[in-house]
Amino acid sequence: MTADSDLLIIGGGQAAGELAAALRSRDWGGSIAIVGEEDHVPYTRPPLSKAYLRGEVEAADLYLRRPDFYDRHGIAVSAGVAVADVDLEAQTVTLDDGRVRTWRKLVFATGGRPRRLPDSILRSAPNVHYIRTLADVDRLKAVRTDGASFVVVGGGYVGLEIASVLRSLDAQVTLVEAADRLLGRVTSPVVSEFFRRLHRDRGVDVRVGTAVVEYQYSDAGNVIGAVLSDGSRIAVDQLLVGIGIVPNDELAARAGIDVDGGILVDRFCRTSANDVFAVGDVAKVTDLDGEPPRRLESMPNAVSHARVLADYLSGVEQPAVDPPWFWSDQYDIKLQSAGLVVPDDELVIRGNPDERRFSVLYLCDGVVTAVDAIGSPADYAAARKLIAQRVPVDAGIAADPGRRLLEAALASAGTTD
Amino acid sequence: MPEVTFTQPSGERITVSADVGRSLMKVAVENLVPGIVGECGGDLSCATCHVFVDVPWVAKLPPMTAEEEQMLDVTAEEPTAASRLCCQITLTEDLDGLSLHVPETQR
Ligand SMILES: Cc1cc2nc3c(=O)[nH]c(=O)nc-3n(C[C@H](O)[C@H](O)[C@H](O)COP(=O)(O)OP(=O)(O)OC[C@H]3O[C@@H](n4cnc5c(N)ncnc54)[C@H](O)[C@@H]3O)c2cc1C
Ligand code: FES
Repeated sequence: MTADSDLLIIGGGQAAGELAAALRSRDWGGSIAIVGEEDHVPYTRPPLSKAYLRGEVEAADLYLRRPDFYDRHGIAVSAGVAVADVDLEAQTVTLDDGRVRTWRKLVFATGGRPRRLPDSILRSAPNVHYIRTLADVDRLKAVRTDGASFVVVGGGYVGLEIASVLRSLDAQVTLVEAADRLLGRVTSPVVSEFFRRLHRDRGVDVRVGTAVVEYQYSDAGNVIGAVLSDGSRIAVDQLLVGIGIVPNDELAARAGIDVDGGILVDRFCRTSANDVFAVGDVAKVTDLDGEPPRRLESMPNAVSHARVLADYLSGVEQPAVDPPWFWSDQYDIKLQSAGLVVPDDELVIRGNPDERRFSVLYLCDGVVTAVDAIGSPADYAAARKLIAQRVPVDAGIAADPGRRLLEAALASAGTTD
Repeated sequence: MPEVTFTQPSGERITVSADVGRSLMKVAVENLVPGIVGECGGDLSCATCHVFVDVPWVAKLPPMTAEEEQMLDVTAEEPTAASRLCCQITLTEDLDGLSLHVPETQR
């Protein structure tokens, strides 16, 4: 029997699109099919909470590649249809419209969905927004912003980026974060504090260490008020929830593939089942040298998985080597980060947060393991090199903003010889 | 439609034509030009869209911003005076015939 496709990709997001293109750029000769439940060819999400929400780019600009790219390169994209079931033994998937497709190799690129607030009424309230897809943001864009009161629940990147756009559209914004600082899971207190002040200075009412304890509803079922743990009550025109994502790993689990807060894969994106792979936000890599398994939610991670798997399927075993990296745009400030911040890292601060131009280096045993650079692309660029090459640096020398970071690192290497 | 030629390290020349207004990185990626990765989608955060511009064209391109100049520090292959990040170059009619060299490696 010939399979409908040699490779079938479940999910039509960034990881799926990049994988298909990467295979074609490696002259992979098999047939490729993408099945994605959204009504679009693969597109990139980062601009959703930035330029797209600001109205500066159109949906078509978000497409990774134009729709005709897929036809030209023999990639069959089915948009607007979900995979409902996977049968590993029969090597089939069943779509939610009942059709059955056969495959030889299968890739889960199913990403994640927004974590929901526990309150069941909030699910159906028309003025509650979760931000993951173009459709979500189109719905938000249709809402009047000037002077309206927006409450953003969650002080992670997506919530902060959206707060910054809403402020520039003249909305009143209150941002509520239950933890005692913004971005608490991903960065150090200095950077958290920088962003708290930035948002406060731009007129966002930032409440950290505060949770919503009660939502109030209108007769029509809209949320009209939020009561906070400090006892205050805020009027709500629109409620935005950005409290993280849940990996879409249930389909894989039902098929008998190992999952644990994500689909478990090795460094070549192989799952516990033969000829079945997982890439992007849904994939949790287990065989990292000495490090605990981890699932990353970032576009570079999705692209990197796509590349590693395309290499592997083309017969080249080339695991990812770059440190993970990420960026965020808020107002006119660009944050660029690389590496992973660990709580007991030593911190080296270069430059001055008050000038909105500084960087934080994270050192472990004298070696740079991560960087957060604000308005400092040169430091970001240099630190990426240092992280990859595990160069030991002298904290005192590296802290001198008068020296270029790479020179400072070389000088420290000289002193330790 | 202006035409742009990407010359590979092997000497192979890939000529593509594309709409005015697209970035050269997007044009390359859409045409599967090997060696142009464009990992950050044009956000000046990855430096995987590095190209060497053929000398006669260098002066005809719009100047670099300070950010582009700084990001050129992180390219995998040593940058030269002819280096640019091609996500920062928008295709115009004036660039018809532009000739670029793709580096040996982007990462
Ligand atoms: C608003 C926003 C801003 C962001 N900003 C940044 C940023 O600045 N920098 C950065 O690095 N990252 C950013 N990210 C994260 C980045 O977008 C994700 O890491 C990336 O999209 C992951 O790609 P993916 O393909 O793994 O998953 P997704 O993009 O989630 O794609 C998965 C797709 O699979 C589909 N799917 C799921 N189950 C099925 C099924 N059973 N059948 C068919 N289809 C299915 C989903 O509908 C979805 O379309 C942002 C994300 C959001 C939402
Ligand atoms: S595409 Fe990332 S810097 Fe050009």
